[in-house]
Amino acid sequence: MALPTYASPLEKVWHYAYLAICAAIFFFLIAPIVVVIPLSFNAEPYFTFTDKMLSFDPEGYSMRWYRSLLTFGMANPDAPGGLGWWADAWQNAKWVNAAKSSIIIGFFSTILATVLGTLAALGLSRPEMPFRRIIMAVLISPMIVPIIITATGMFFFYSNPCEPLTWIGLNPQCGKLAGTYLGVILAHATLGIPFVIITVTATLIGFDQSLARAAASLGANPRTTFFRITMPLILPGVISGALFAFVTSFDEVVAVLFIAGPDQQTIPRQMWNGIREQISPAILAVATLLVIFSIALLATVEMLRRRSERLRGITPH
Amino acid sequence: MSNALDPHAAIVTEAGGLDPGGPLRTADGQPLTRALARSSRRARRRAFLLVLPLLLFVLLTFLLPIGQMLQRSVKNDGFSANMPQLSAWFHEHPRGTEPDDAAWAALAADLTAAAEARSIGLVGTRVNYDMPGTRSLFTSAGRKARGGIEPPYREAILAMDEKWGDPKLWSVMREASSAYTSNFYLAALDRTRDDDGNITMAPEQQQIYVKLFQRTFWLSLIITFTTFLLGFPIAHLLATLPMRKSNLLMILVLLPFWTSLLVRTTAWMVLLQQQGVVNDILVWLGLIGNDQRLQMIFNQTGTIIAMTHILLPFMILPLYSVMRTINPSYVRAARSLGATSWTAFRRIYFPQTLPGLGAGALLVFILAVGYYITPALVGGSSGQLISNLIAMHMTQTLNWSMAAALAALLLGGVLLLYWVYDRLVGIDNLKLG
Amino acid sequence: MKKVLILTTALCGLGVAAQAQDKEVNVVSWGGAYEKSQVEAYNIPFAKETGIKVNMMAADNPATPLKAQIEAKNITGDVFDIEVSDAIRLCDEGALVEIDPASLPPAPDGTPASEDFIPGALRDCAVANIFWGTVIAYDKTKFPDGPPTTAADFFDTAKFPGKRGLPKNPKRTLYLALIADGVAPDQVYEVLDTPEGVDKAFAKLDTIKKDVVWWEAGAQPVQLLADGEVTMATGYNGRFFDAMVAEGKPFEIIWDGQFMDMDMFAIPKGSPNPEAAMAYLKFATDTQRLADQARWIAYGPSRKSSAALVGLYQDGKTEMAPHMPTSEEHMKTAVMDDPEWWADHDAEMAERFNAWLAAN
Repeated sequence: MALPTYASPLEKVWHYAYLAICAAIFFFLIAPIVVVIPLSFNAEPYFTFTDKMLSFDPEGYSMRWYRSLLTFGMANPDAPGGLGWWADAWQNAKWVNAAKSSIIIGFFSTILATVLGTLAALGLSRPEMPFRRIIMAVLISPMIVPIIITATGMFFFYSNPCEPLTWIGLNPQCGKLAGTYLGVILAHATLGIPFVIITVTATLIGFDQSLARAAASLGANPRTTFFRITMPLILPGVISGALFAFVTSFDEVVAVLFIAGPDQQTIPRQMWNGIREQISPAILAVATLLVIFSIALLATVEMLRRRSERLRGITPH
Repeated sequence: MSNALDPHAAIVTEAGGLDPGGPLRTADGQPLTRALARSSRRARRRAFLLVLPLLLFVLLTFLLPIGQMLQRSVKNDGFSANMPQLSAWFHEHPRGTEPDDAAWAALAADLTAAAEARSIGLVGTRVNYDMPGTRSLFTSAGRKARGGIEPPYREAILAMDEKWGDPKLWSVMREASSAYTSNFYLAALDRTRDDDGNITMAPEQQQIYVKLFQRTFWLSLIITFTTFLLGFPIAHLLATLPMRKSNLLMILVLLPFWTSLLVRTTAWMVLLQQQGVVNDILVWLGLIGNDQRLQMIFNQTGTIIAMTHILLPFMILPLYSVMRTINPSYVRAARSLGATSWTAFRRIYFPQTLPGLGAGALLVFILAVGYYITPALVGGSSGQLISNLIAMHMTQTLNWSMAAALAALLLGGVLLLYWVYDRLVGIDNLKLG
Repeated sequence: MKKVLILTTALCGLGVAAQAQDKEVNVVSWGGAYEKSQVEAYNIPFAKETGIKVNMMAADNPATPLKAQIEAKNITGDVFDIEVSDAIRLCDEGALVEIDPASLPPAPDGTPASEDFIPGALRDCAVANIFWGTVIAYDKTKFPDGPPTTAADFFDTAKFPGKRGLPKNPKRTLYLALIADGVAPDQVYEVLDTPEGVDKAFAKLDTIKKDVVWWEAGAQPVQLLADGEVTMATGYNGRFFDAMVAEGKPFEIIWDGQFMDMDMFAIPKGSPNPEAAMAYLKFATDTQRLADQARWIAYGPSRKSSAALVGLYQDGKTEMAPHMPTSEEHMKTAVMDDPEWWADHDAEMAERFNAWLAAN
């Protein structure tokens, strides 16, 4: 972005103004995320910088909100530390239980979305695929349809999954999916699928089909070809897709609000309560942990993308 | 034709060579065209089978639930299922018939039965949707009807409450006597039916939905425009910097994208509150007095700022990928032919970015129109969007048919935009980082 | 294929496992300081005594998810802490389990429960636990020249500048507008029963509409005051008490035209753990537990026998009696809830209120 040598003085001024504007916009993008980190160490229950914090007085800072993430909901938080205290936290602390729910739901919904999504992406990338355009549109639509509409539909359907059968005259009795792990997992898998499809098909666009043909001509059966040739090449895309699906589930609150029961109180659900009640900077402590988590995920995805480009022989442009 | 490389095709050409006069045949003697058709059918089937599991999954967990929900927008049997006799009377007698003795007897019988079955609340709720203020008429009549109603029915029921003689009530009950109705769509457009069944505007104090659709549209438009204003320079910078630097800066765009939506919303609440960081800084700088702190949250401003931040990456990424492909020599050529930098930008560079701009703007607009979480948390009452109204009808007033009708209208709009997006940009070109 | 089968079985197992647990009870309450008082007074001793785990869920108003769960025939909660009008309405609709007063534990001196509870606290399908008030509170530091003292001052933004915090529902706003307009506490419902009265209440609300920050969860008004977002707010008296005494916030409560209501425990038909639910309800409404709750929050117990046991706040020095909404002095200015009126009118009032709110 060097300035051309023939630039007039006015253009030079504009050029630096432009760089300043860009810096301001980057600041706008990042500042809100960064600002929660120091505030989560606030010793006072406020959402703003206290005088002590600004003068870097150690008394202005504390870990109390991080501690409260463990103690909130515990049967006996003031007991002496040790194994019993940690067992109590593991069993009863609300945020710990929320983390457990989030991980269980995220894990299974990611597997479901990734397996189904990758298979479908393989099919969609074949030139012979019939009705490609419309099917693709349908499979991506969970990302486009407003979440409140999706969640509302799921709320009715999951409360009584057999109701549609009554339209064709049947009247079976079946359980419900709302309020179960299975229900939330299915819902989150649906929401994660578009991300898997998009990332895996993007990888497959650069995929050289002649590699698979070469394997086939050398006597490999389709399964061997898939696992030995195709899979390693598209793996970075699959993992990126899986991470996207996981993050989608890990961050999802509306479907959880509508269909989850008391056993599936995820981290976002717990945060939703906390934000609406605005009780303590404990929310900011959770937010800080989540920011660190997303930095780790972003780093992984970036690494995978570069690896994928190298593997497929696409040099960075 | 890439099929020339197909192994089947190779066999075919060889086999066909044996009999130059007849139709081309494969090694086992089948006509070539049929063998080709079969092999391509097989390939099609194989591709389709790969997609099928997911298609069924999405059908079952996504399309079916939404369809089932939308059905509620035209179907509500709260009245017809619980007031069978009166519903039957309405079906036998055309609109305009004065309620006769049979009608009053049917009403009395149904009221008694519904009170016994404790379903009178459902009946009242259904009628209340079309005529606010009537739910209590039914529940209190139900309480009085527990012991049965004595004839003459007309006088007995009118003695409970004079409102039972209101022709508007009878018109509304007639509407409700059919399980299927378009009234929820009318109500979603601030329309209602008068005593004769003609469509009219709803009373002014009840007109909210059209206003909210308009507000959703305008706010989404404003947000799309602000993301464009902020996203364009950034995308341009990233596209023109050397790869190494731009990759580094790209992380600043992607980090918010990967950060939890709730975290970003919380962050804005922390920043924009009256006692929040931004106001503190403004006061400290002396720009505003301590008692003039700005109200930047719990109103439209809050919704616009937070949503612009959240949707900005969706504008930057498509713009960036288009700008990367623009050849800088066009602008240089324009400059060398005497164009000022502004003219070169306006006439040469900007038109080339339009595909990316269109893709980004459409995507941001589609996502903004259906937003729920952020307006619910930072929007106050003036920053609420149509999604929030759907949620309100779902969880608070429990008028699920109304929620479904609003959802159907919103969904229709979003799908239309989605179709435009597919036409102009193509869904395949959707990129994530 | 085998792997898919295993995965499916594992997923189904997860779904079933969540339903098969019977050693727990799901209680839906109002969150915040109130939830804490219930956890301390009811849940912890209940779990110790019976071994049943109590899952506490927070809602802005537990009647809202309860109604939705009933309508969707998808009941996930066992015990709901709801207001009287909702208890009446849902009982009328046959959605709640009926409760036999004779099955409730008697007072320590042997008085049967039916006589021990304050009149109105026992209903066909619900048992009250506490009396509570919706009161006006203000930030003392914001009015150095003389603090507000009446409901009318709440509406006087010229004399007492600053934003106001009000709940986003008609039940807890219309009465206040009428009181501020000069209606006597015992005539509020007579006035509200006429269309002109409702118009009058909305007209009064119109005068401060642009200065209102609306809240939904009970903990929000306290936070709004603490953050300086508003200078005056109405909220639940126990929450303000908690902020004033436990956290030392500079708030003051105005006892003028406060809205008195009861909270009741109710069990929906078809709840997942009906036996544990009934055991919890009986345990939580006995004399000792109700008195214990008052050690944690300033709400009046619904049993006469509990009143004598109410002593000091959990800090060990604050006398609770003068902070109770049920104290004799406070009862003089109170607007009593009329649950029957609200059972009949809440739908239409909510509709009008929402339309009014959306019209900017």
